[in-house]
Amino acid sequence: MNCITCVEYIIVALMILSAVLAVEWRDLLAAAVGMAAVSLFASILFFMLQAPDVAMTEAAIGAALSGAVFIFAIKRTQRFETEDEEKPGWWVRW
Amino acid sequence: MIKRALAIITLLIIGYWLAQGLAGVPFGQDKMLVGRYYLEHVKEQTGAVNAVTAVVVNYRGFDTLGEVTVLFIASTGVGALLWRKKKKRTARTEGSVVLTTGTSLLFPFVVLFGAYIFIHGHLTPGGGFPGGATIATAFLLLYMAFVTYEIPHKVFEKTEGLAGMGYVAVGLIGLAIGGYFLFDWIWQTWGWGQSNIGRLFSGGFIPIIYTLIGIKVGTELSGIIDNMLKEGVSE
Repeated sequence: MNCITCVEYIIVALMILSAVLAVEWRDLLAAAVGMAAVSLFASILFFMLQAPDVAMTEAAIGAALSGAVFIFAIKRTQRFETEDEEKPGWWVRW
Repeated sequence: MIKRALAIITLLIIGYWLAQGLAGVPFGQDKMLVGRYYLEHVKEQTGAVNAVTAVVVNYRGFDTLGEVTVLFIASTGVGALLWRKKKKRTARTEGSVVLTTGTSLLFPFVVLFGAYIFIHGHLTPGGGFPGGATIATAFLLLYMAFVTYEIPHKVFEKTEGLAGMGYVAVGLIGLAIGGYFLFDWIWQTWGWGQSNIGRLFSGGFIPIIYTLIGIKVGTELSGIIDNMLKEGVSE
């Protein structure tokens, strides 16, 4: 296994991890950060798969603009998902 | 709990099904059918060195027109949803001195780089959409650093419409000269720039269209940011 492959495995693992966290977190600001992380790793993966055009578009749209738009929407609504069943903690709810 | 388990089981079944389908596709091998045609003929047919932008603007120009339309409809929809008679910025705290100074220093460089990306779409990676998004990011920086900053609305909305109309006009000129919509008249009929492929003034109408698309996308996304950051003021 050469090293490009290990780096790709690491990035895919990080991307899956941040996707799961972006869904799991109850704080929506944190979830927006997780979404931006997913698109950052997607952009790196596109670059490693030798598609620089797609990587640039993904970085410009996914990391900067859609993150900003999500954060503006959160600013005008509310930051936390409010549910009554939140009390016992996510491992019980799961 | 039970909902989650069911959802995960369903997703696993769907994932297994997709992986089963993808297992037959060998990765990294030559499976090009129409792709080979693009790669072999892209230089003499379109004059572009970057095959991706040649496909996006030239061979499959209708797709790009559709994408631009989708973006325009998104911008119009945001504007219609958040429409109020009087709108104002609601930011209360000015950014720190470092942020404001850094923003006013960085702004021209970011705009310059965005313009570089969309002007050189036929030579380097990028094109109209990343370039326009970069320019919109520059305006986002201004919005976040300054409490009272607003884009000049009259200018921006008119520029956006004129750039979109310019794209259609380039296509219609192609219809008049070459017989079909989005015909590359600069390259195919005039032969302009055929001696210096790979230089800035080559590539047929790709730089022109990408400049129009870059201006359109930049003004459009700035308009979306503006709409989202302002709140209606009740009298």
